[in-house]
Amino acid sequence: MPEPQPMVRMSGIRKEFPGVLALDGVDFRMFPGEVHALMGENGAGKSTLIKVLTGVYGVDAGTIELNGDQVAFSGPGEAQSAGVSTVYQEVNLCPNLSVAENVCLGREPRRFGRIQWAPMRRRAEELLARLDVHVDVSAELSTCSIAVQQLVAIARALDVDARVLVLDEPTSSLDAGEVEQLLKVVRSLRDQGMAILFVSHFIDQVFAVADRMTVLRNGKLIGEYRTAEITPVELVTRMIGKELAVLEDLEDSGPSRAEVAGAPVLLSAEDLGRKGGVAPFSLDIHAGEVVGLAGLLGSGRTELARLLFGADHSDNGTVRVDGEATTLRTPRAGLDHRIAFLSENRKAEGLVEELTVRENIVLALQASRGWARPLSRRRQDEIADKYIKALDIRPANPEALVGNLSGGNQQKVLLARWLIIEPRLLILDEPTRGIDIGAKTEIQRLVTQLSGEGMAVVYISAELEEVLRLSHRVVVLRDRKVVAVRDNQALTADDIMATMAEGVQA
Amino acid sequence: MTTLARVKGYRPQQRHVPILATLALLIAAYVFGAVQYEAFGSGQVILDLFINNAFLLVVAVGMTFVILTGGIDLSVGSVVALSTVISGDLMQKHGWPAYAAIAVVLVVGALLGAGMGALIHFFEIQPFIATLIGMFFARGLCYTISTEAYSIDNATIATLAQTQIPLGGELHISISVVVALVVVAAAAYVLVFTRFGRTVYSIGGNAQSAMLMGLKTGRTKIAVYTVSGFCSALGGLLLVLYKSSGDPLNGVGLELTAIAAVVIGGTILTGGSGYVLGTVLGIMVLGIIQTLITFDGTLNSWWTSIITGALLFVFIVLQRLVTRRTR
Amino acid sequence: MKALTKQRLFWPVVALLVLLLGDLIASPSFFKIELRDGHLYGNLVDILKNGAPLILIAIGMTLVIATRGIDLSVGAVVAISGALACLWISDNPDGVGTTLIAFGLALGLSLLLGVWNGWLVAALGIQPIIATLILMVAGRGIAQLISDGQIITVNSHSFEWIGSGYLFTLPGAILISLAVFVLASVLVRRSALGLLVEAVGGNPEASRLAGLRSARLTWLVYVFCALCAGIAGLMISANVHSADANHAGLFIELDAILAVVVGGTQLTGGRFSLGGSVIGALLIQTLTTTVNALGIPPESIMLFKAIVVLVVCLLLSPAFRRKFRRRHAQPVTPAPSPEKVEVGV
Repeated sequence: MPEPQPMVRMSGIRKEFPGVLALDGVDFRMFPGEVHALMGENGAGKSTLIKVLTGVYGVDAGTIELNGDQVAFSGPGEAQSAGVSTVYQEVNLCPNLSVAENVCLGREPRRFGRIQWAPMRRRAEELLARLDVHVDVSAELSTCSIAVQQLVAIARALDVDARVLVLDEPTSSLDAGEVEQLLKVVRSLRDQGMAILFVSHFIDQVFAVADRMTVLRNGKLIGEYRTAEITPVELVTRMIGKELAVLEDLEDSGPSRAEVAGAPVLLSAEDLGRKGGVAPFSLDIHAGEVVGLAGLLGSGRTELARLLFGADHSDNGTVRVDGEATTLRTPRAGLDHRIAFLSENRKAEGLVEELTVRENIVLALQASRGWARPLSRRRQDEIADKYIKALDIRPANPEALVGNLSGGNQQKVLLARWLIIEPRLLILDEPTRGIDIGAKTEIQRLVTQLSGEGMAVVYISAELEEVLRLSHRVVVLRDRKVVAVRDNQALTADDIMATMAEGVQA
Repeated sequence: MTTLARVKGYRPQQRHVPILATLALLIAAYVFGAVQYEAFGSGQVILDLFINNAFLLVVAVGMTFVILTGGIDLSVGSVVALSTVISGDLMQKHGWPAYAAIAVVLVVGALLGAGMGALIHFFEIQPFIATLIGMFFARGLCYTISTEAYSIDNATIATLAQTQIPLGGELHISISVVVALVVVAAAAYVLVFTRFGRTVYSIGGNAQSAMLMGLKTGRTKIAVYTVSGFCSALGGLLLVLYKSSGDPLNGVGLELTAIAAVVIGGTILTGGSGYVLGTVLGIMVLGIIQTLITFDGTLNSWWTSIITGALLFVFIVLQRLVTRRTR
Repeated sequence: MKALTKQRLFWPVVALLVLLLGDLIASPSFFKIELRDGHLYGNLVDILKNGAPLILIAIGMTLVIATRGIDLSVGAVVAISGALACLWISDNPDGVGTTLIAFGLALGLSLLLGVWNGWLVAALGIQPIIATLILMVAGRGIAQLISDGQIITVNSHSFEWIGSGYLFTLPGAILISLAVFVLASVLVRRSALGLLVEAVGGNPEASRLAGLRSARLTWLVYVFCALCAGIAGLMISANVHSADANHAGLFIELDAILAVVVGGTQLTGGRFSLGGSVIGALLIQTLTTTVNALGIPPESIMLFKAIVVLVVCLLLSPAFRRKFRRRHAQPVTPAPSPEKVEVGV
């Protein structure tokens, strides 16, 4: 049977930005009725390629063909009209408008220029029903969960009779059940003949749903493969260009559970809780211990962590640091006790983008000294240089604006900020999310090293293998409640998932 | 469900709370006034409120469009003044017929608005700064045309100004009120039933998303400032009807009153949420406060500003409490 | 050359120099400075002296804007400060003591007003533009309340000094604004205040999580801004020997915001430049003096100001420079700038 014509064919795409060659002669094609995954580390060029396809960027060289015709979109609106729809990671809809409007706005049914509200609501309901979603379409979008918002975004794409659907990291904010629902929708759309571009960091999801994969590395095309012809290990190898043996070693390094259990209790939380956050819990953390928090999205891990730091203040209960009772009502309080917190939302809660790498690194240290005792410029330079080297931050320029760095390097800058103040308890919330595999490995190696040096670490990650690899104990949360605290002794991912699902009282 | 049960079980949607609060305040103020002062209870008092503030209402409606997109327009007071000055200049000094002058004024207002919108969209200048420049520009044009006020002696204007539209009994309104109400109705229709209106809300909700959704945000942004400019010009014309004069010192600080009315009416300054009806209520509240103070007679005029400030404070705190709870 | 144009202060300084040059060409004796009775006189001196209140307010406003805030109430504070001082002086025997007490009262009230603004913004979390709008609206009413609706005239030699008096041949007003500028600069750069303010303005939540006491900082900048406005208010009413609640400091908040923006600090907060704001204030003040010197009818001053500020804002706007550069460069693919697809509301 002759191969069907590709719906999308991009040839020899080249895109350059000042100082960076983002895409170097990349070919890419999509067939109708196929899910095609685009793989690569951060900085590989995936996001640029998508923006080139959807008209957000122009190209310096190369051609794009849509259904055989050459195209060059000048903006997302044009791409949409041609049938190429994109659903971004941050759901790009208007939260203050109703669900129906978000689905139909720009194409709403009108008569003599007047919007017909009832037909519009009906159309929205139909489209959502195709995705097996049934919500009140007159409700404000902000009242819906992120999972539903994502499906609304897809429904909007369907409304345009899209022939090409681009899904950019669609599952980052979804829990397991919602992911399944989304993948089901993707498969059903594929079966209806749509060409789907699927970008995701979650390798298991990619293998579950994609028919074809393209791997990019450093802006170059490494290859296009059918899913059936490649294994996960081979895929990852091609993505990072080297073998992945490193992570295996970590399991055996660092202090043992026994050593840690005997160490002094650093922080003891009793009945800490917050309405709307997490139900009252008690937890003891020893020096040098790595405590992993596992749970589904929305289970309360971040809320728990924030209470341990003082980012939020607890409704009642007590906290003891080194045996002495204290209250942690503000981040300042936590920091004064040498507790540090790396937020999962590095853009909104971590970096000050217009300041330099140096300024971001010394920020917490300076804050603890107060405004009256400034760090000398020389000292700041020393600190910045030291950590740029230690954590391999690129570019190695302390005066670079931190907003221009890649995700992984930004994360390292934030880590440096906390490491400088030499915390005794470091809370890491999703430290490896959205960063490339190389940086992921480094961060995990760092955690083990710090634990060996006596620092206590609370580690939150959606990737259970990471939690299992690093933790001495695992705290399992479900529905904003701590349901189990288990020693990491021959614990497997399945055990944890079972606990998350059933909720065994520890 | 019986009516009583429905009333008892009525829980207003979160986003309607501010406007309901304004309505409650308005009713409370009216009742207070009616109880305190005999003459207050006549319906004409309410109608006078509209007659005296018709021009302000039109300006505030234009401002509502701008604030819904998350912007602000500081030039409205100056454009009002410019309109009165141009009217005076054309009609009084050059003897133009009234309707020709009116046309010119409206076009000038719209063009100024479009200009500021273009600065904001194409050159990414912040609305605050762009409309501030517009304010100085318009006020400057005023002074260049004329440095003093003078009255306008035009037959058409006089007729329009003095016509009273009877409403039965002793009640009457002026033509300005009709114009203002038409503007309000048109604005409400546009905001609910046209794509342009919904795009206005979308920009206020999330401008980036609106653009990625393929909506014509650039055009819409320029359009809202054009609308505001047009409304300011129209407001200026209504002011000419009201005072039969052109004065470059008109409207100083008017933008503040317009913004206060919009905020008190429940529209959130960051955009995306609010109704034209709210602005109407906001104007009425400000008007009623002014009327109460006049009726009292013992309070000095400066109490108006103090009370307006206090009101603003109460409403902002209320808005804050409401938005905090929804988060 | 390119590096020079990239300097933040480049365009404002250029604009200022162009204006001054224009003045010099139109009126060759523009720059003349005379020494009479041990006092300096001249157009340049006038610019610095008459611009002192605006410079002060611009300095205070810079820090507020750097924290992503704005203070619309400074005009009202100017009026209130002048009214209170004049009230005290007119009710009490003339003399240095009375004047000093008047200053103390006025500045004390200004501080309190700053605390009020700070409370609204830092404690209640109200948007700065609307929080300070309250005082802006109510403030003039309060000033009139203090002066009982009258314009209070005073005749106090010691009070005059702050407006038009001299010290060491220079007008006292210049010295005071210079002192405040130096004090603020030292405070901001020698301490960590600069970095902390820029962090709070750049990302308030991240700064809070990094342990900054954002609330305290926010309070501080609003109090400082109100204090500057209070001093400016004393200067302004001293200059006219009276307190006019309606007209004192009218529009000065707008001029100050323009001065800050023209000086390179962005309204969105973060990086700021006190020097830039001073230059911005001088630019705006020079506009007024230029208008007088060049014989441009005073009615046109606003128009003139609007045009000059527009030009500088355009030059400072990256979007404008991009469009300008594109017209002169090779035809490039019509792509927006790489990092963000901003709509720029």
